[in-house]
Amino acid sequence: MRWLIALLVAAHAIVLFAGFFAPYDPAAQNRDFSFASPTRLHLRDAGGKLHLRPFVYALKDSATEAGGYEEDTSRPHRLRFLVTGQGYKLAGVIPSQWHLFGVADEGRVFLLGTDRFGRDQLSRLLYGGQISILAGLLATSFSLLAGALVGCVAGYFGGWPDRALMSGAELFLALPWLYLLLGVRAVLPLHLGPAQAFLLVTSVIGLIGWARPARMVRGIVLSAKERNYVTAARGFGASGPYLLRRHILPETYGVLLTQATLLLPQYILAEVTLSFLGLGIAEPTPSWGNMLGALQEYHVVASYWWMFAPVLLLFPLFLGYFGLAGLLQKRMQTYAN
Amino acid sequence: MRIAAYLGKRLLRALVLLLGVSVLTFVLAELAPGNFFDDMRLNPQISPKTLAGLRQQHGLDDPLPVRYGHWLRAVARGDLGYSFAYNSPVTPLLAVRARNTLLLAIPAMLIAWALAIPLGVWSASREGRWPDRVTSSATSFLVAVPDLLLALGGLMLAVRTRWFPVGGMEAAGATGTGDLARHLVLPVTILVLSALPLLVRHVRSAMLEVLEAPFIQAARGHGIPRTELLYRHALPAAANPLTSLLGFSIATLLSGSLLVEVIMSWPGLGPLLLEAVLGRDLYVVIGSVMLSTLFLLTGMFAADVLLYTLDPRIRRPS
Repeated sequence: MRWLIALLVAAHAIVLFAGFFAPYDPAAQNRDFSFASPTRLHLRDAGGKLHLRPFVYALKDSATEAGGYEEDTSRPHRLRFLVTGQGYKLAGVIPSQWHLFGVADEGRVFLLGTDRFGRDQLSRLLYGGQISILAGLLATSFSLLAGALVGCVAGYFGGWPDRALMSGAELFLALPWLYLLLGVRAVLPLHLGPAQAFLLVTSVIGLIGWARPARMVRGIVLSAKERNYVTAARGFGASGPYLLRRHILPETYGVLLTQATLLLPQYILAEVTLSFLGLGIAEPTPSWGNMLGALQEYHVVASYWWMFAPVLLLFPLFLGYFGLAGLLQKRMQTYAN
Repeated sequence: MRIAAYLGKRLLRALVLLLGVSVLTFVLAELAPGNFFDDMRLNPQISPKTLAGLRQQHGLDDPLPVRYGHWLRAVARGDLGYSFAYNSPVTPLLAVRARNTLLLAIPAMLIAWALAIPLGVWSASREGRWPDRVTSSATSFLVAVPDLLLALGGLMLAVRTRWFPVGGMEAAGATGTGDLARHLVLPVTILVLSALPLLVRHVRSAMLEVLEAPFIQAARGHGIPRTELLYRHALPAAANPLTSLLGFSIATLLSGSLLVEVIMSWPGLGPLLLEAVLGRDLYVVIGSVMLSTLFLLTGMFAADVLLYTLDPRIRRPS
């Protein structure tokens, strides 16, 4: 449990402080190095001498028929740590120039290769994570808020509002979410500013998923409102909203937390899918989804494996989230017993 | 409850849901800024008068309830409206695409369930021992694999190895079922893999609950053979949660299928919907969403019928 949480926290911290861990600006283009493969780190130079500090070779156009790039062994660049470079805002707030690593002069280090415009994949992956994870978090909180609200109203008041809301929830649960998402996306303007697009996309994703948390919250509210302490508080003259806030809602926190860990990966994937299809967050702002958009071309799929990086990264991340959800569920069960 | 009454009630509910979805999509579409003809306004070759004529011809200037009424009456006649982009009625357009989507989704669903049931039952019947542990950890790994990764990975496999045709539904010039089957293998496999882990998990947990019931103990005591016990006695009793899962599995399969269709350029509903969304082709969007809902409701209805035949508890008046 501890190491899982530690790993997740570390992963999110790296994404949050992307500016420091990324060697380059995510929008910085190197038109000469389109689709360069990941730069190799060397310890042994062309003469066979061993170095303590890893170094990279500069790239030059390959002389072979196949094209691509090859290493120019006459121009080594030592890898330096804690270097100053392109300015950025740490976590979007603190201005800084420090990067974890980099190479001097005209050398380039692309640990995960470059995309079509020669932009560093690693930097884009880290900055893109900020967008994608933030989209997931925002959408999750929209969903939970809407779900908790609907669930409380339905569970507490019962009667026809309950029936109407719950059949609505059934409808939303039953619809194929991607069709629904595209259907809703269809009605929004296609071309938006990056901030607007981000907000719209996240709220669409989040609001489509309100049904499942609403049903769960409703179930808990139904049972909680009959508890003795709630009846007692009501006897003392407590009002409905007060009862809900003070006595009933706290019972749902555990379920909401578990739901959050389950919804977050779904919503990250939803953003990735939408942006992959070209309906989400648009270039040049990097997101994991629009980075994958390059894979809609067969030759990119066939030749440049490093373009898969974002979707490959999703797998361990999701494994972490699901693992956390499982642990939370187990903990809540033992707590309930 | 008699079967006619039970199924009638279910059918009615499905119709109400379908109507609800149609109202929802219409209202959403009404809120949308812009329509298909707005882009034409920029074209100097088309006069504003022509545009106004087009708008009027397609009834875009009428108020929403009027348009919805028109549309509903047309749908009752089997006419889903007019595609601006294809310049043809929507119904035949959707029919071809829907057939292709079903060609992908139905085999995928059948295979996924045909694999999930034995796997789940097997794993539940050996709870805590190695078959269970292996399946459980395999499913919890597979659950975390995004559909997108499966689909893109499949595409890469096809492009690199050439074992499978890369995308599309038929090779140029080739006809016949053999060619179609070759094109089906990869997308269907991807869909099965994406649906399977969740299904196995649910079958397992539903079975575990039933296996603890006293009647299973009794049946075991009577010396009923293992396989018969599991499949003849325990599985039907576990069917109730599973049939409602069937509906959801169709929903996730349709969503997954959209993605796979787009990535593998399979000419199904998915790419059509995507195109329509990008092109603001209103009636195609509404038609695709409605059609996917219809598939889903049909699947759920089939599940209800199945449940009725499997579980005698449903037949008794409550």
